Amino acid sequence: MLVERKSEPLLEFRQIDKTFHSGTVSELKLFDHFDLSVPQGRFVCIIGSNGSGKTTLLNLLCGGETPDAGNIFLGGREITREPEHVRSRRIGRVFQDPSLGTCPQLTILENLSLADRKGKRYGLSRGVSRKKIDEYRSRLELLKLGLEDQLDLPVANLSGGQRQALALLICTMTPIDLLILDEHTAALDPSSSENVMELTRRFVREKRLTALMVTHNLRFALAYGDRLVMMHRGKAVLDVCDGEKNALKIHDLTERFNEISVEDGNDV
Amino acid sequence: MALDVFLGLLTGVLQEGFVYGIMALGIYVTYQVLNFPDLSVEGTFPLGSCVAGVMIASGLNPWLACMAAFACGAAAGGVTGLLHVKLHITDLLSGILVMTALWSVNLAVTSGSAVTPFYNQPTIYTSGPAALISDSHNSLRALVVAFISCLFVKLLLDEYLKTKSGLLLRAAGNNPRYVVSLGKDPGNMKILGLMLGNGLAALSGCILCQREESADIYSGTGMIVLGLAAVIVGVNIFSGIRFLRSTTAVILGAVLYRGVLVAALQMGLPTNYMKLLMAVLLTVVLVAYKTVPTGRRKKHVSRTEV
Repeated sequence: MLVERKSEPLLEFRQIDKTFHSGTVSELKLFDHFDLSVPQGRFVCIIGSNGSGKTTLLNLLCGGETPDAGNIFLGGREITREPEHVRSRRIGRVFQDPSLGTCPQLTILENLSLADRKGKRYGLSRGVSRKKIDEYRSRLELLKLGLEDQLDLPVANLSGGQRQALALLICTMTPIDLLILDEHTAALDPSSSENVMELTRRFVREKRLTALMVTHNLRFALAYGDRLVMMHRGKAVLDVCDGEKNALKIHDLTERFNEISVEDGNDV
Repeated sequence: MALDVFLGLLTGVLQEGFVYGIMALGIYVTYQVLNFPDLSVEGTFPLGSCVAGVMIASGLNPWLACMAAFACGAAAGGVTGLLHVKLHITDLLSGILVMTALWSVNLAVTSGSAVTPFYNQPTIYTSGPAALISDSHNSLRALVVAFISCLFVKLLLDEYLKTKSGLLLRAAGNNPRYVVSLGKDPGNMKILGLMLGNGLAALSGCILCQREESADIYSGTGMIVLGLAAVIVGVNIFSGIRFLRSTTAVILGAVLYRGVLVAALQMGLPTNYMKLLMAVLLTVVLVAYKTVPTGRRKKHVSRTEV
């Protein structure tokens, strides 16, 4: 821990301010001098109720939104105002909606071939290189979904779980600094969710990725990752790592959620 | 004699169908691949005619005129793309703006005349390889030239769509977020696709006017309707056939649509009602295949599953 704290964090939100509907009656100041830093190699789970700022946090990071003030750094470089597609070169993201992480009309093979060129030029050479097929096959075998035999099938024909597994494979295929998992199991059935989570753990571990996972599933938040952050009204109300995180029980989290709910004036 | 008339009509339908097929391929790129309802085609089609007309009338090589027409169409399509992507004007309005502006541009190209004749100048139907077929087989020769031009464009387009850039173009129309996550700007792909689509429309206009040996700035009216009908009919009717590429289906759609129009004229429909019939036919096609614009995104995503 001590060593990590000293070194430059991989991801850092510094003094972020963000207000929505500024100047109207529904003005909402979500982030007020918000700070968060994630060291290299961490797998952070972020939980929180709706409107707590989880999604905004990801949008600020990926470029869907710009903060009113403050800076965001990734790998020592400021990305606060970088265009979305530029910062995407260093970030992999799996979305909640399984149709967003791949291109439905294209085949599995075409999707993989496109992903393989991430950050490089897309010129007039052949889109699918036959030489690479064996490599793609062996990558798909890792998913254990039998996709390696269906390379020419359009991705639209796959189930949600298969698509999420493929999306996960696709965004970790090329070297990235940060993996973002945006409620990526929320739209799946329980067994597909488990499968995708296991794959996530494996990819993160094998490729030594730094990951940020937003989830509503408290069990996953506890079972996976080595740091847990609970967000509420734009603040991290709970931030625990390693042993402290392992000691947490679902009960502790639901209790904490209830406290927050009471603070908000809701009956429990 | 009746057979002669029929064969003559058939040759005409096929020849025009193949030429319009080139434009339909352009609309296939914008509407089907990119999911962009591009109206600028109504202006770029006659732009191709006018550029070719003026160049050929002044004695320039007709093949050079084809390339120039493509380039001018691509430039105009690029403007539509820039208006939409950089200035955030809606897709339909961007097309209308360019279409309207092109009316003046086309008149400027022809120095103000609505019709630019270039009779007896060498065209792609009479010079170069086409000269191998004698003048006595005039209409057959036109058909061969139209067919080869269309086939050439189709094969090139097929090859392009298989390249890395082509795959990215298809991804940009299907799931722009995916393109973003690959570190590319989908807006740039849209601009590229619009350039390609409008370049093809202008090329089609250029090849059509060379058959008539005169360029007409009114020739763009109804091109969207014709092209969309070809794409929708082609993709829905013919794509069910295995191993038939969408691009081939689109060309067959153009030929079929042209055939129906000519048949209606032969059955005594006054020429003045032609555009009305074109609109009615497209309406029938849209209703039959339920691909009205609001539903087009959904329809296309699930097309492979149907």
